[in-house]
Amino acid sequence: MAPPETPQPTTLRHAFGNVLSVFVLLLIGVFAFSIRLFSVIKYESVIHEFDPYFNYRVTQYLTKSGVYDFWNWFDDRTWYPLGRVIGGTVYPGLTLTAGTLWRILNSLNIPLSVETVCVFTAPIFSAFASWATYLLTKEVKGAGAGLTAAALLAMVPSYISRSVAGSYDNEAVAIFALILTFYLYIKTLNTGSLFYATLNAMAYFYMVCSWGGYTFIINLIPMHVLLCIVTGRYSPRLYIAYAPLVVLGTLLAALVPVVGFNAVMTSEHFASFLVFIIIHVVALVYYIKGILTPQMFKVAVTLVVSVGLIVCGAVLAVLIALVASSPTKGWSGRSLSLLDPTYASKYIPIIASVSEHQPPTWPSYFMDINVLAFLVPAGIIACFLPLSDASSFAVLYIVTSVYFSGVMVRLMLVLAPAACIMSGIALSEAFDVFTRSIKFQLLGSTENLQVNNAGESTNVAQNDVVKTEKNEDSQKERSSRKSKKKEKESTERVPLVSRIEQKLLVLPLETSLIAVFLLVLLGAFYVVHCVWAAAEAYSAPSIVLTSRSHDGLHVFDDFREAYSWLSHNTEVDDKVASWWDYGYQTTAMANRTVIVDNNTWNNTHIATVGTAMSSPEKAAWDIFNSLDVKYVLVVFGGLVGYPSDDINKFLWMVRIGGGVFPHIKEPDYLRDGQYRIDSQATPTMLNCLMYKLSYYRFVETDGKGFDRVRHTEIGKKYFKLTHFEEVFTTHHWMVRIYKLKSPRNRIRGKTKKSKSKASSTTSSKRSGTRKKNPWH
Amino acid sequence: MGRSTTTTTTKDAQALFHSLRTAYVATPTNLKIIDLYIVFAIVTALIQGVYMALVGSFPFNSFLSGVLSCVGTAVLAVCLRIQVNKENKEFKDLPPERAFADFVLCNLVLHLVIMNFLG
Repeated sequence: MAPPETPQPTTLRHAFGNVLSVFVLLLIGVFAFSIRLFSVIKYESVIHEFDPYFNYRVTQYLTKSGVYDFWNWFDDRTWYPLGRVIGGTVYPGLTLTAGTLWRILNSLNIPLSVETVCVFTAPIFSAFASWATYLLTKEVKGAGAGLTAAALLAMVPSYISRSVAGSYDNEAVAIFALILTFYLYIKTLNTGSLFYATLNAMAYFYMVCSWGGYTFIINLIPMHVLLCIVTGRYSPRLYIAYAPLVVLGTLLAALVPVVGFNAVMTSEHFASFLVFIIIHVVALVYYIKGILTPQMFKVAVTLVVSVGLIVCGAVLAVLIALVASSPTKGWSGRSLSLLDPTYASKYIPIIASVSEHQPPTWPSYFMDINVLAFLVPAGIIACFLPLSDASSFAVLYIVTSVYFSGVMVRLMLVLAPAACIMSGIALSEAFDVFTRSIKFQLLGSTENLQVNNAGESTNVAQNDVVKTEKNEDSQKERSSRKSKKKEKESTERVPLVSRIEQKLLVLPLETSLIAVFLLVLLGAFYVVHCVWAAAEAYSAPSIVLTSRSHDGLHVFDDFREAYSWLSHNTEVDDKVASWWDYGYQTTAMANRTVIVDNNTWNNTHIATVGTAMSSPEKAAWDIFNSLDVKYVLVVFGGLVGYPSDDINKFLWMVRIGGGVFPHIKEPDYLRDGQYRIDSQATPTMLNCLMYKLSYYRFVETDGKGFDRVRHTEIGKKYFKLTHFEEVFTTHHWMVRIYKLKSPRNRIRGKTKKSKSKASSTTSSKRSGTRKKNPWH
Repeated sequence: MGRSTTTTTTKDAQALFHSLRTAYVATPTNLKIIDLYIVFAIVTALIQGVYMALVGSFPFNSFLSGVLSCVGTAVLAVCLRIQVNKENKEFKDLPPERAFADFVLCNLVLHLVIMNFLG
């Protein structure tokens, strides 16, 4: 207890704390990586879903042909006959990252395949993301909150859903880039160092490379700057954090081909320029205020305000005129649907048709962020005690991301880091308060009873108790360090009066013990839920399906079966038509040219395919033939009960097709506003190509034609195809491939008359074809 | 009445300019050099802006890189000025050498990017 001895243990304890937090961070990284491996263990090391297949294909091209060829790549295998310039229309961050990773590994003589690297890119970057969260939260509220937030982010289900092994999509690296950019912004704001400002611009560049969500950053940071200015928190550090970021960031963003001059031309970026001007005015005002006497400053203000207002008004008028002159007010459709949630459903069915663009339901919040939803408000309160520049940024971040997540399900992903940071702060603060009061209470009671030496020995024991109590919660070292400090104070025999004062701040022993226990329980629930979500809900690769029934596990590998059939049994240059969902997979796995794919850049082209699918056979054949299509691929889930098949997506095909070709009308396919495929269905529905291709020969499976997705018997059971020929149906009937029949050489009778007859009355057509059709 | 207000405003303006000048004369020379540099950059940017208004912004990449390089230089110089200004208490523990090194690094990045837009 001698005074000179005390500094040594503190530094030692400090060093120990640092080593411990590094170790904990390492464990968090390993945990973040390993929790995402369920998909590999349960299924196999395979690329998931739709978009990842495209990214995988691009990465393959990149590793094979090099960066320069990649930039100039014109892909003639998609959007036939238009093609697509890949280099200029893709966010290259993910592919470049994985390509570099693969190159480095190969140069180290670690011969991994490109696919393996792609599969494991997302888990690796989620570990990085949790470390970036640690850094960000540390800047906001200290190391303890940082560790907690990192642990929470490592397993938040919303992020897991986008970053399991094999989910090789932009978001996998973009979330890391997002958090890193925010961290570097806050770091620059706290230190005022130009070095961090440069790094911040680089991180922003990486984010722009990776994901279209970068507009969130370039709008959120100006909002925060504006908030700081309005609340009178302007400081030179704010200027250094913001102004270089705008200039450098805009230039760097314009370097990315897919963004290009949009970085200075579209409204998404105008907010940052406006705030850039504002911050200069404010900086000038603060500077002049600094060098003038208050009295003279008042004079200056009256002079400048009158002139400045006029200039500002003029500039604003020009800006508004510029923006208003463009039809969409300079906003892209996706951004507009963010600001006005009803916009997409009104004007752009193709955006509305994607399920991840729908607004989320309440259960999905609970599913995706679980208990964090309850901890966030506490975190917001903690951010206000006391409010700093950094914590005000965190509050702004959570508020805006809550709004955006309410508009689109997929933006739940942006909310997840914010929720983790807030919950980390909340948990850490709560533990801080409770453990401090436990220490104080225990200490107080033991000291009253025992002599000094004995009291110290029990202190050690209490330390152990507290540590084991929360050994899964990572912020222990900070709180215990704090409480140790308190301990020391009290063992140094503080006067009784001050101890009573401190006592007022602490909670009763039992209460705090129970509260700590409950918090640990809450954390345990969260962990259990996250592991469950990672293992059960989000690991399915969606190209290999499994179902568990009473007679064991069934594996449906129909998609790969169909694609490999295509690649083995068709010519290299054959064109395959399908709904756009399967475009990426067809080009990547079957290596065949497709008409439309998941990029959806050309609405008319998609509408053409939609029209073909919803037209009668003959008209559809004409459309497909005009597009050089050889094969048509439909996905059918009626036999095994796979709900996201083409029949369920069919109304969107009708809507998108009808948006461009008005002769396709949605009410024709609905009976009394209801979408049905049973005997009550409309004749247009029962005669459209999609129905026929899906249900052709379906009745042969069980004799009744019972659809297990729609839970009805189909309306039209026995029919034949005149212009299409079934060439392949997979084992579980999930993918059916048809070939377009070549036109007949000679048509008996009057050509024109029979054609019009065939399209107008289907019954006569059927009976007619039964006789005339040479293939049957 | 109107006349008297204009005279007071001109008087005020004169007094303001006077006090501004006296306040500015007191600033150290190295800050004045930086100020000169900033003014030069801004003037260059303005000239380019006027040129754009007269001739048009056809090679947009050239215009963009030209203007943003000037604006960027000015912004970075302002940052440097803020950091080396001894009156700013916040940057007391930041040595001017470090500030200058950061400034050079940031400029390097800026102009490496600018070079990509040339031509």
